[in-house]
Amino acid sequence: MKAWFKSGSPWIWLNGGAVAFCMIMVVGLIGLIAVRGFGHFWPADIAKVEIIDANGNRQVVMGEIVRPQTITAAVARDGGHHIPEGVDLITRYLFKQGNRDQTGNDFAWHFETGMGEFQYPKDAFQIERREWGNFYGQPVSLSREGNVIATPNDANFWSLLQESINRSLQIHRDIHRIERGEIGRMNSEIERLRLDGRRLELSNPTAQQRAAEEARIAAERARLDDEYAILRVELDALYQSTRRDTLRMRMADDREVDLSLAAIVRITAPNAMSVPQKMGQYVERLWEFLTTPPREANTEGGIFPAIFGTVTMVFVMSIIVTPFGILAAIYLREYARQNLMTRIIRISVYNLAGVPSIVYGVFGLGFFVYFLGGNIDRLFYEAALPTPTFGTPGLIWASLTLALLTLPIVIVSTEEGLARIPSTIRQGSLALGATKSETLWKVIVPLATPAMMTGLILAIARAAGEVAPLMLVGVVKLAPTLPVDGTFPFIHLDRKIMHLGFHIYDVGFQSPSAEAARPLVYATALVLVILIVILNLTAINIRNRLRERYRSASD
Amino acid sequence: MNDTVTPAVPPSIRSRSLLPDTEARQKLRRKRARRDKTSRWGITIAGYGVVFALAMIFIYLFYEVMPILKGATVTPQATYNLPVQDAGLQRFLIERYEELGIQYTDDGRVTFFDADNGEIRSQFELPIPEETEITSFAHTEAIGAVTAQGLSNGQAIISRHAFDLSFPVDRRVITPKMEFPFGEEPITVDPAGMALEHLAIETVTRGRGGSLMAAITADNRLILTHLETRSNMMTGETTVATRHAEIDTVPEQPVKMLLDKALRSLFIADQSGFIYYYDVSDLNNPRLVDRYDAGQGSAITAIDFLVGTVSLIIGTESGELSQWFLVRDEQNINSLVRIRDFKAHGAAITNIAPEYTRKGFLAVDAAGHLGVHYGTSARTLFLEQKANTALIGVAISQVNNRILLLDANNQIQAAGLWNRHPQLSFSALWNKVWYEGRANPEYIWQSSSASDEFESKFSLVPLSVGTLKAAFYAMLFAMPLAIAGAIYTAYFMTPKLRGVVKPSIEIMEALPTVILGFLAGLWLAPFAEDNLPAVFSFFILMPVMMLLFAFIWTKLPIRKMIPDGWEAALLAPVILIFGYLCVVASPWIEIWFFNGSMRQWFTDIGITYDQRNALIVGIAMGFAVIPTIFSIAEDAVFTVPKHLTQGSLALGATRWQTVMGVVIPTASPGIFSAVMMGFGRAVGETMIVLMATGNSPVVNFNIFEGMRTLSANIAVELPETAVGSSHFRVLFLAALVLLALTFVVNTIAEIIRQRLRARYSNL
Repeated sequence: MKAWFKSGSPWIWLNGGAVAFCMIMVVGLIGLIAVRGFGHFWPADIAKVEIIDANGNRQVVMGEIVRPQTITAAVARDGGHHIPEGVDLITRYLFKQGNRDQTGNDFAWHFETGMGEFQYPKDAFQIERREWGNFYGQPVSLSREGNVIATPNDANFWSLLQESINRSLQIHRDIHRIERGEIGRMNSEIERLRLDGRRLELSNPTAQQRAAEEARIAAERARLDDEYAILRVELDALYQSTRRDTLRMRMADDREVDLSLAAIVRITAPNAMSVPQKMGQYVERLWEFLTTPPREANTEGGIFPAIFGTVTMVFVMSIIVTPFGILAAIYLREYARQNLMTRIIRISVYNLAGVPSIVYGVFGLGFFVYFLGGNIDRLFYEAALPTPTFGTPGLIWASLTLALLTLPIVIVSTEEGLARIPSTIRQGSLALGATKSETLWKVIVPLATPAMMTGLILAIARAAGEVAPLMLVGVVKLAPTLPVDGTFPFIHLDRKIMHLGFHIYDVGFQSPSAEAARPLVYATALVLVILIVILNLTAINIRNRLRERYRSASD
Repeated sequence: MNDTVTPAVPPSIRSRSLLPDTEARQKLRRKRARRDKTSRWGITIAGYGVVFALAMIFIYLFYEVMPILKGATVTPQATYNLPVQDAGLQRFLIERYEELGIQYTDDGRVTFFDADNGEIRSQFELPIPEETEITSFAHTEAIGAVTAQGLSNGQAIISRHAFDLSFPVDRRVITPKMEFPFGEEPITVDPAGMALEHLAIETVTRGRGGSLMAAITADNRLILTHLETRSNMMTGETTVATRHAEIDTVPEQPVKMLLDKALRSLFIADQSGFIYYYDVSDLNNPRLVDRYDAGQGSAITAIDFLVGTVSLIIGTESGELSQWFLVRDEQNINSLVRIRDFKAHGAAITNIAPEYTRKGFLAVDAAGHLGVHYGTSARTLFLEQKANTALIGVAISQVNNRILLLDANNQIQAAGLWNRHPQLSFSALWNKVWYEGRANPEYIWQSSSASDEFESKFSLVPLSVGTLKAAFYAMLFAMPLAIAGAIYTAYFMTPKLRGVVKPSIEIMEALPTVILGFLAGLWLAPFAEDNLPAVFSFFILMPVMMLLFAFIWTKLPIRKMIPDGWEAALLAPVILIFGYLCVVASPWIEIWFFNGSMRQWFTDIGITYDQRNALIVGIAMGFAVIPTIFSIAEDAVFTVPKHLTQGSLALGATRWQTVMGVVIPTASPGIFSAVMMGFGRAVGETMIVLMATGNSPVVNFNIFEGMRTLSANIAVELPETAVGSSHFRVLFLAALVLLALTFVVNTIAEIIRQRLRARYSNL
């Protein structure tokens, strides 16, 4: 033993343990997110259980079992629960019992003492609603305009139900199209007219001009009002027709509740589903998650606007950062005289990569938003003041701030690529009579392109995951419109955006029901992690290949 | 490069030579030179532009922080005569829009005049009963605008000036008016009907409301009168209910009386320089608590409350200015304490005008000096002679942009005032400050509150301590793991495993911190709280378990099958299994040693335990810092020249001896710079701290409590603060501090690293 210690090999083992521990942390973390994130879409079975407490009260609970937990009896007793003597450890189950509008709490812990057998009734429905979260219950009847048209015993109950749901979903889509699409367009036109009016006042027109312009505005407004009245009638009819069908459900405590089909997004009966059916459901839910906007204060629905916002922002950022980063790197490596000053600049630029991102956010808010944006508003958007157009956080400022933040990454990576190119290549080109710029653009830059790509990918990965500065310069929890849409000028650089990283922070920490939001946060985190891991692996791959290539070139 | 250009050659020349002619060649050469130049200039400009843009960050942050350091400036605007000179001046004010001045005179007139030229705009006469005259005057805190005139018959008139705003033809018109909150009838203060020689009044609008008046009569009695308005439910008529009380100890030669807004304390200053403090919270038993020698030999010439009526500013004949407030000791007994002194004026203070919304005040003296002072930061922002005679009156507007000065010749000077950030100073930011209502000087960060009278507490110490605390625990977790891991990976690990570990660590570095923060806050924090014994047993016993496994491994026959360099892979299952065992055993440990709950046990022995605490932050931020340290340290160890280590091994040293004796000493600057870089990252990390702590600005290093760091504080507060306010600028200062700190740390690390690289290439 003593000799073994003297040999130093225990220390080697300990060092190895450190590596193993780090690796376990990385893999464990990604695994945890993957399991929780992917698990979110699996249609879980709905359990029903009878609980008889210490006083003999009977309670029936129905819902998804989120997780069991074993705690010490002392902790449970501290929480005011009655635990029988002689019990040291006790298991409790977290039920997602839904029905927040009826019972008030959609998540509840239940202790295993007094718990009966878990049952999985085939007709237990999980109903996703537009508000109040999920509903769990067993169906009683389906009514149309107050008359019962089917009961669960009828063979065609399920198909009638699906038909009703599809109908109400279609109506909902129509309503959405009218409200968002057409009425939204009208609102922007009315806003434009208002601005025209303001501009008219600011421009000191002659009486004639004023009269003409005012007449035009009044005419257009009248036309819009007429169009609006027509749409309003159409909308009212649609709203009326959504109320046609109702579904009567029985909750775990035998109370019966009428649900309007208008408020239902999806009905599933997971206990009656086979595994392939569940897989189908899984894919459907995953697709919905990726392609639809969020509902209910971001705790339900999808994350499409967040994905879209992140991608748009990163795209705009890349457009800004690529030319500047590459040109700066070329300047530092190829044109600048390699003296003390250049060395200082180089070290400073490298160090800026290590400056806390929040500092960039502060700079972005002060300089870009308030200073630049404020001045742009005063010069070009005077009519809209005091409502700021660019003088408020938005897409362009978020992109610019992140461009500044990722500039050092692109510079460092490009410089590294330039430095790796053997000087023989450079000299060869010059010896053949090429000018410096010809050497640069036709020989050096093409060779260094992969390095630049690496830098850009790393910059994108960094930007996609950065949240702190964005909280200050343009990301919001819920953006009503996407930054790119069909109205002129199509790309709205002044709009606020949603962002995956901020979505995680917001839903996880600012939402009213943390427990309900948690699976969604894991799923969002998973999307973000997958995006970033893919980007980074690509960058690592490109770089490794590059190294191999130059190793053989310089040998 | 010539092949890219196809010169147009005239057919006549073609017969002579296939080469382009001189002219075409020159043209081409010029074109190429032009391109070369354009490229050079373009790139140079872009390069300078980028460097400038990055330098802008420093410049701009400085630019936003600079106004903090500026003192106040006073710009003279106009000089004119006091509008009413045939009666004694009682009070002198300027209203919120800085358009009108207000003058109260002892003949019962209230005069509103143009603050630009002294023209009288309107004048009111208070309803003084026949055959009485005004003998004393008092006012509430300036923002309430209530004044009281004590009469020679023991009564008092209570009035309030107010303004109506209207906007005919897009211009603001201010119409002054007088209101009588207790009716136009005088209120009886002294039932005996003696003249009121000295008077004090204060009104409370919050809660039950009510007013309290204190008066000293001509026959030297001290009387308290409590007023309450009641409105009759049936008729809607309001009646005033008064209650009286008398105090028997009365100062000999009172100068001024002041009542606080809580209607609990009465202060009377006398000519000998003493302050008498009375507790009047119980009207049935008002009493003198104590008297304090505030003047210390010189008479008190001016005294007033700062906004909120907690602090007293006392000016003496010798020109000293000091701030006093009541401090409660352990026995719950209040005593008046001299908190701080301001720069002395050198001549008798004649008047003090407190600011309306901040803890600042203006003071004027007998030699014509104007002083602008601030309570919390103890700053004197401006002190200059503004008149050749004595200044006897000073007024400041509610928005602190304009002042009026009155000199002994009844001349008014109107002046603009710039005094934006008086509450910030080096000592207010970094030293302990004695805030109002606190028992001791403290470090507190509390930037805003619902109340106007709130004293902003801008101490950066709690935030800096929080930043260092978070960084400390993160480094405690990350340093051993990262450095040990780096040494192992660079020196002992098989290349195959290394090819897996290195990219994994890079992925680890790239993981968004928002994800780490979210997992730390929503998964790790509750998990650790539920399984505290598991966390501790895991971290304490893990190394022992590793060594145990290693020792057993040496005795196992299968070890021959696996070569050296795979220790890490072998240990992975050991860590996993041991970790699982720890979690399983955790509740039993709690039952056996901690009465069933370790968290409760901590509380019982007096350790505060927050769910989101420094332990969680340490682990989560450690996770974020490990790859930074690991990559740089691994690089430093890996690039140690091979001939050094081979020499050591050839001389018979074991591998570990080589590491300790040759590799680490050579690579230590690199490892040091890795640690510095890691520290730099830990200091500036925002999201993890924001999500994994409670963000309470505490000043301690308890591992079970949270903290608030500079960066998280910026993220929380900057979106909600007013642009250009002091709070805004302090947050910019915090950003600048972070920037400078990380920049310096990183620069040192980078320089060390470059030197090391140079040394390696020389070896």
